[in-house]
Amino acid sequence: MNKSILLVLSLALAIACGKKEASAEDNYQPGGGEATTEAAADPASYDPKRGEGKYDTVELGATLDQAMATKGEEVAGVKCTSCHKMTDEKLVGPGWKGVTERRTPQWIMNFITNPDPMIDKDPEVQAQLEICLVRMPNQGVSDDEARGILEYMRKNDGVK
Amino acid sequence: MKNKFVKAILVIVLGSALFTSCKPKNSGDAVSGDAAQRVYVAPGKYDEFYNFVSGGFSGQMSVYGLPSGRMLKVVPIFSQDPESGWGFSEETKPMLNTSEGFIPWDDQHHLELSQTNGEVDGRWIFANANNTPRIARVDLKRFKTAEIIELPNSAGNHSSPFITENTEYVVAGTRFGVPGDYENGDVPINTYKENFKGHISFIKVDKESGKMDLSFQLRLPGVNFDLSHAGKGKSHGWFFFTCYNSEQANTLLEVNASQRDKDFIMAVNWKKAEEYIKAGKGKIEKTKYAHNTWNDETHTGTSVIKDEVLVLDAMAMKDICYLMPCPKSPHGCDVDPTGEYIVGSGKLAALIPVFSFDKMINAIGKKDYEGDYEGIPVLKYNSVLHGEVQKPGLGPLHTEFDGKGNAYTTFFVSSEVVKWDIKTLKVLDRVPTYYSVGHLCIPGGDSKKPFGKYLIAYNKITKDRYLPTGPELTQSAQLYDISGDKMQLLLDFPTIGEPHYAQAAPADLIRNNGQLKIYDIKKNNHPRVAKGEKETKVVREGNKVHVYMTMVRSHFSPDNIEGIKVGDDVYFHITNLEQDWDVPHGFSIRRAQTAELLIMPGETSTLNWKPTKVGIVPFYCTDFCSALHQEMSGYIRVSPAGSNVPLSYSLGTNLPASSTK
Ligand SMILES: [Cu+2]
Repeated sequence: MNKSILLVLSLALAIACGKKEASAEDNYQPGGGEATTEAAADPASYDPKRGEGKYDTVELGATLDQAMATKGEEVAGVKCTSCHKMTDEKLVGPGWKGVTERRTPQWIMNFITNPDPMIDKDPEVQAQLEICLVRMPNQGVSDDEARGILEYMRKNDGVK
Repeated sequence: MKNKFVKAILVIVLGSALFTSCKPKNSGDAVSGDAAQRVYVAPGKYDEFYNFVSGGFSGQMSVYGLPSGRMLKVVPIFSQDPESGWGFSEETKPMLNTSEGFIPWDDQHHLELSQTNGEVDGRWIFANANNTPRIARVDLKRFKTAEIIELPNSAGNHSSPFITENTEYVVAGTRFGVPGDYENGDVPINTYKENFKGHISFIKVDKESGKMDLSFQLRLPGVNFDLSHAGKGKSHGWFFFTCYNSEQANTLLEVNASQRDKDFIMAVNWKKAEEYIKAGKGKIEKTKYAHNTWNDETHTGTSVIKDEVLVLDAMAMKDICYLMPCPKSPHGCDVDPTGEYIVGSGKLAALIPVFSFDKMINAIGKKDYEGDYEGIPVLKYNSVLHGEVQKPGLGPLHTEFDGKGNAYTTFFVSSEVVKWDIKTLKVLDRVPTYYSVGHLCIPGGDSKKPFGKYLIAYNKITKDRYLPTGPELTQSAQLYDISGDKMQLLLDFPTIGEPHYAQAAPADLIRNNGQLKIYDIKKNNHPRVAKGEKETKVVREGNKVHVYMTMVRSHFSPDNIEGIKVGDDVYFHITNLEQDWDVPHGFSIRRAQTAELLIMPGETSTLNWKPTKVGIVPFYCTDFCSALHQEMSGYIRVSPAGSNVPLSYSLGTNLPASSTK
């Protein structure tokens, strides 16, 4: 989980609620704690096209980066595909078919690397949670790995 | 054992007219009005200290937060633990191996945190096994037992594991004198004086990795070594051990080991011992002991049986060990933060002798001996004594320090903690405990730098303290505030049984030491790991079947297995694919002869199962992991021995090939 984001978040909360400052480590994070639930009450600050996390924009190549996609497929095999099928069929989570058309690259990158705050705020993810009933876990995916997964998703969606 | 000890102490109680009552007053005594506030830790907030408490005959270590007294974890060390699968999984079984095979239980008495420059450093905690002599190292990044070493030539491994100020050595002294493993042990018991010996082990600890190595043992007269502490500061290089049964009795010890007016505190110059070892004065003796180590990348324990040990005869070397007479069956042996004062607590004595390191060195220099004991010089009591605390209470056991010049001693018989001034030996304060207190703990209280804010007393008997739960009541700990002049009782909290010694350290020191939240699945080098569902498979090798399985919220892969037969020896190698903190999954299988497995994120663990009945056998996850936890399950078809149902496995397809046959 991205610490700097959480710190900003909890600082913002501290000001908003007139509470004492709490460090990121002092907040209970997984599963929705103080910080995440209260933040959900302020959807105005959330951009559903971008999501929440460190990525504002992600540069994509015009064509597929084959090496990157292969690395992504490897990581997905360990950390993702036990819950996500490559088709549009739901398993534990939704199928990946067409995800790069439904979501912006920065949204995907933010969601992979910073899932918990987004699950609490994103209206479409919340609707998805009502169907799947399992929160997408933080799988400790590094920035490089996430970028590889995104490329693998593009490959799955037919980018050559 | 407890009863005999009480009986022995009763002699003193009856003989004492000074103390009209040894029972504590009513249960509300000593609690002040704002105690609840001072131990309250709000939901979501952390405690200030970690308290590591020995689990006694449970064989485990429990971890509490202070000041709340909330139990945070039980770390399995010397006993099988069905909750975590410790000692049940194939990977952890080697950790409980000994020279006499798998031993699933022990009696865990003392704990010692590693130190650097005499200060608690939060890296490891060492634990002793009393019954089958062993020393364990628990890694505090993982809160997991990382190493267990068995001790040869020992019995009743009580005076352990105490460490030197830079964790150079962990020592372990034997409570029972017995013939060494390298000698004929088939001797009449009443030849104790000739044939029984005491061995003290010095275990070297690697500075970086913490890895232990049984460096050497000292061969000593057959007496009972009870407790110990290392010197520090000026007395660094020395170790001190209490000895009782200097009578060398072998029957009815409660009377026969209480004959002499004084037993001893033995001072060991371990730097001198090192010199003799270097000079080749040690002797390699044949023995057998197990050395078990845990590998964090293969998630697997390995047991190696070693067959020799280096023994140095301390009775033949005249300048390694010295005996200081200490009144009546000394128990605790505690060194103050400056390293100058050594407190011996004679459990049958009605005073506390305090020895001076400087005086001891001086007396040794002048050979100020009153004689020798089986070749070991005995120093004159008055030459080494700093002074005696007069009439402190009944049955003094253990002493810790607050770093402000004060000592705190527990009294088993008069059930109290007494605070006294180390220099003047004046009693300053006393508070009742509830009751029959054994050890006490001040965070860092046996180091050079105590955190003198709290004191915790560990009680043997808890009559009238909690809701009754049958003939046995929980053992307990009591928390006192010692920041002011007067000690104040703040809290009782139950413990797993029976708490002996404990250690405590500031929470930040432990939780900022590189705490592990998950096992990185990329670094998982378990030989039978499945990194992702595509690597799952079932492989038959004769009657052995290896199942490479994964788990994730909220299914196993595979979840349908057919072609298993009665008489097969099935190994489930299960990898938890989660990489999220605090999402373990469990695995249990109907009529498994072991326990469940509890597998941490990124970890691989193995359960062995031998099906004995034909039929369908379900398995499921035991640790509630998501809204679909109840769905996390699967089926195994067990066919008769010799059946021709082919081996198959699947996930998500409803018709495995074999089902059509
Ligand atoms: Cu589960």
